[in-house]
This record gives sequence, C-alpha cells and structure tokens, in this order.
Amino acid sequence: MPLRIIEEKCTACGLCVRACPYDGIAVVDKLARFTEQCNVCGACVAACEFEAIAVEVTHTADVDPTAYSGVWALAEHADGALRKSTLELLGEGRRLADALGVPLSGALVGSGVEPLAQAMIAHGADTVYLVDDPLLASYRTGPYTDVLCGLINTHKPEIVLVSATPQGRDLAPRVAARLGAGLTADCTGLHINDDRLLVQTRPAFGGNLMAQIVCRTARPQIATVRPNVMKPAPRHDARTGQVHRTPVHLDERTVATKIIEVIREQGDGGANLADAQIVVSGGRGLGVPENFALIRELAHVLGGAVGASRATVDAGWIPAYHQVGQTGRTVQPKLYIAVGISGAVQHLVGMQSSETIIAINKDPHAPIFDVATYGVVGDLFEIVPKLIEHLKNRG
Amino acid sequence: MNIVVCIKQVPDTTEVRVDPETNALVREGVKSITNPFDENAIEAALQLREQHGGKVTVITMGPGQAESALRDAIAMGADEAILISDAAFRGSDTLATSYVLAQAVRKIGAFDLILCGKQAIDGDTAQVGPGLAERLGIPQVTFAIELSVENGKLRARRVLESGFEVVEVKPPALVTVVKQINEPRYPGMKGVLRARKAPIVRWDAAAIGTDPRFAGFDGSPTWVVRVFPPERRAKGERIQADAETAAKRLAEVIEGMHLSP
Repeated sequence: MPLRIIEEKCTACGLCVRACPYDGIAVVDKLARFTEQCNVCGACVAACEFEAIAVEVTHTADVDPTAYSGVWALAEHADGALRKSTLELLGEGRRLADALGVPLSGALVGSGVEPLAQAMIAHGADTVYLVDDPLLASYRTGPYTDVLCGLINTHKPEIVLVSATPQGRDLAPRVAARLGAGLTADCTGLHINDDRLLVQTRPAFGGNLMAQIVCRTARPQIATVRPNVMKPAPRHDARTGQVHRTPVHLDERTVATKIIEVIREQGDGGANLADAQIVVSGGRGLGVPENFALIRELAHVLGGAVGASRATVDAGWIPAYHQVGQTGRTVQPKLYIAVGISGAVQHLVGMQSSETIIAINKDPHAPIFDVATYGVVGDLFEIVPKLIEHLKNRG
Repeated sequence: MNIVVCIKQVPDTTEVRVDPETNALVREGVKSITNPFDENAIEAALQLREQHGGKVTVITMGPGQAESALRDAIAMGADEAILISDAAFRGSDTLATSYVLAQAVRKIGAFDLILCGKQAIDGDTAQVGPGLAERLGIPQVTFAIELSVENGKLRARRVLESGFEVVEVKPPALVTVVKQINEPRYPGMKGVLRARKAPIVRWDAAAIGTDPRFAGFDGSPTWVVRVFPPERRAKGERIQADAETAAKRLAEVIEGMHLSP
C-alpha cells in the first residue's frame, strides 16, 4: 500500500476525510485509517496539514508493467459536446488498442456529461469510465487530478492519451508526477513497437528536431497529443459499449482554485482558428498592423480564419489567439495562405500539415517556399488585392 | 513576498540547425540563453517584489555553465541565485527534474510563490512546473498572462483553449507564465556589475538530499530512443509572373479546390 499514516503526526483532524472523493479514509479511534475504498488517488496527501500521510514511491524499475492493460482517451468537452481533439484521441487510441489487442476506453470527467459517454462509444470507445459531479463542472487542477489518479489506480490502463490543450497540459504533468508515470508532451506521432511499448514521436528544439521516446517500465505511459494532427474517429451511432460510473463526493472547501471569471474569446475576426478549413495568415511582411485588414478581407472572402506569425503577435499587431506555430497553435486546414511570412521553423511546425499551402512573399529565399504547394515571389500589396477581386468576381 | 523563480539555460533554438548527415544538432556557434519564458517569470517576480516587498531567489538545475544564466537574473534584479548541479542529475527527464527542484525548494524553506516560464524552448514539454507543484503539494496556475496579489491571495488570468479565465489561489502556489505577461527588463550597468561579483550558491545532490534512484537517468521513466530531422514536404510549384497573372492563377487554384469553409 503506497500510502501510510504516520501515527505520531496524525491529529485526527479529518481534513483527509473531507478531501477524499471515495470514502477511502476515515478517522477511527483518534487516528486516520485507510478503508477498502482507497484507490490511492492522493487527495489526502495534499490536504493533510501535518504531513502525516507518507507516500511510498515505487521506483520505475520495480513497476510490473504486465499489471496494466488497455488504452484510454481522456475526454475534453465544452458547451455540451466533445472537443474535436478528443475525437482525434479516440481515433488514434483505436489504432493503438487494435495493435495491442486490448480495449479502448474513454475517461469522462465533468458535470452533467453522461450523454457524452454515448458519444465516446459512438466514436470508438468500448467502455467509458464516467465521473460526474457538480464540483467537476469546470476544469480545476485539484479535483480533476484526484479523480483521474483514482480511476487510473483502480483500472490500471497501460496507455493514457490526453489532448495537448491548455487543460491537458495543466493536468497531465500533475497526474504523471503523482503516479511516477512517464509523460511525453505534444506528440505528433504514436505507434506500438515489437516490445508492445508506446513509441511517442514529438518535435523538440522548437521543431528543429523530432524525438522518439519510450517509457519502458513506468505505467501508465501517458502522452499529451497535439490537436489537429491525428485523424478524428468517425462516428457510428449503432456502436454499443459500457458506461462505468464511479460515484464521488467532493468538498468545495478542499479545492484550492477558485474561478472568478471566464472570458470567451474568438479573436478579433474570422472563423474559429482551431478547426478552420481555410486559414489566411499574415506576417511581418505586412509592414504595419493596419495591413492586417488585407488578411481579414481575404479570409472573409474565403470564409476562413485569420492566423498570424509570432513576430506580428509579439509586435502587438494582433492578439495571441491568432498565433500559429510552436508556441502558438497548430492548424491543419485544407488551405493555408501565408502572406508576408518568412517561414521560420517554429512557424512551419504549426502549419506544415496543411493540405495545400500558398505562400506570397517578396523574398525568393524565404524558407516558407520550401513547404509551399504554390509559391509566389512578389509584392503582396499588389497580389492580395487582385486575388480578392478575382475571388469576389468568380464567387 | 518570498519568491522563487526556476530558470533554465537553453540553446537559442531559433538559431539551431540539424546536421543532415549525422541527424544531430549543430550546437557550434549557437548561443546559450536563458529560456525566454523564464525571463518573463523573473520579470514577474521583480514586479511583485516592487509592489509588495520581499525577496527573489532564482534557481536552476544545470551544468556549471548555467551559472551565467543565474548572473543574468541577478543583473535584472534577483536577490539571490542558486545553482543546483551534480553529475547525478544528468539525463533527468521532466519527472526527475521536478524531483530535484522540489528537494532544492524544500532546502530553501518557506516561500509564497514559485514562478516558472510556461515551457523550455528546447524540451518544449511544459511539464516541470506542474510536476514541481505536485511534489510540493501546492496549487498551480498555468499559462498566466496576468498576475497580481489581492487581499493576500494570488489572482491570475490564464490562457485557455478558447478564451481566458481569472482564478484565485492562496499562497504558497506555483505559477507558470506566458510571454505576453510582461516585457522583461534589460539589466542596467549597476545590475551587470553587481552580477559579476555576486556569490552564486552551489548545491549538489548531497546538499539537497536527493535519492539517486529518483534523479538523473535512474529517476527518468522516459527515454529518448531516436532523434531525426523533421520530414520535408514535396517541392511545390513556383508561380513566376506579374501580380495580375499570379493573382489569377491563385484564384484558379483556390476555386479548383472546391472548398467549403
């Protein structure tokens, strides 16, 4: 049992009982004691103010990987629907699960999200592990970490996939540190090797190098997966599966994070960049911030979204929401038009999976031309307005 | 306010190239810099100290040369700098790194806030900050674009997938910051001179009491098994024409794609 009460330090204050979502600990005879329901989620350790709960960490080399089986996809949802990135996890998860010959399961955490369990099954999950509680309505690090660790310790998946969104990148490292698991960030490729290990491919050094990473013994193997790279799983409403609901009781008093305000943002014009099929992006070649109007007009005519290079965002020409690149967003549209963008590696990393890339730049040596399907060396101030005219006339 | 800032010295990845023959990084002539997001973290710490008083301690886990990054931080205005260095830490992945940093922070003692950059531009994982917060049992606030202290609580605006949220946590806590949070100050002459003479505290594995099983290679569940340069796309078509002809051709290409947004 990895958790142990240090009797001399325990004051039987009951903070651990309050923090435990699973009735896994109780105060009996003036001492905290673990019950059979404990699934080692670790919520009590964080809650104890007397450091009276010790964690016996299993060293990586002592983990028995054969005790872990199955591939999980952690759901992320908004406005009552699964995010597209979750469908990508399910699509990828299905491939990995089939390669291993194990089930694909969804982990679904939230409030009032039971209908999404069916959606996960329709997109390929064989089982969905559901934890539904009002205190889980908005993502907060503490309760989501406790719940996910509890689920993982109970059901022991060998692989857990999480989307590399702000939420996923907040949660996954906390879970990995608590479990002593190996975590690989921002994966753009996944496959199973002959040793049944997950091989995780991901960009490093700003996208200049690709690295392949394995986690030999620690379990689960956790990967955050870059959105907009993998194919989303198709939906088959006829699919059936199991929904396994774990009851929890959470206490708001033990949640460290208070959410004061939520601000929705769509950027300042154009379609939603995250899943746009057409993106028109502007770079420093635009000269002055006012010239983003050209980009917005071209995007508008095409019904596309507006993107931006890091240089223009850094210069304050356009909000960071629009930034495409290694430290911004990855997009995978059918058409990406790069206007006045030189094409530094860090930018390419964010858009080079676009189906068709059109580049307009006056510098014939701009690296953007290395990835462009159609490259035009010329003056964007002449070409783009004419292009807009032609598109308006034809359409 | 007692603030600890975790920084990392990294190669300037905007300058880094891959040798096509060896598939290895060409590091010659590439400057070592303080991770840019960590400079934002130092700046955030200095601003909080200016408003609320206190002390800013900058720490880094790295080889001996990382001392120069610490000196740069002192030049900006940090009060104290600690280099956490030991051969035993070599080969640490993010799990082992957060373990070592946690041991160092425990040795520092009481603190109100730990500040980190959102990610290092070489590893690009953004994992060490949250891992460190978990080990210390403190709340974390990631991707902060604004940070303040109000009524003894830390308040931050965080960047989300489609917008922002404003959250509040009680210190002690850990915050990771994004570039847009501030403009890191340039050190003045006084700062540079002070940094040259500043004593840099050095802690090794024995000083911070790390268990060798949880640091370095041994403490790292993830291993890099292969590196290779990214795939290149197939060569495309170069449209060589005057603006009018080029625009017409592009319009043709786009229409031919039959796209619906």
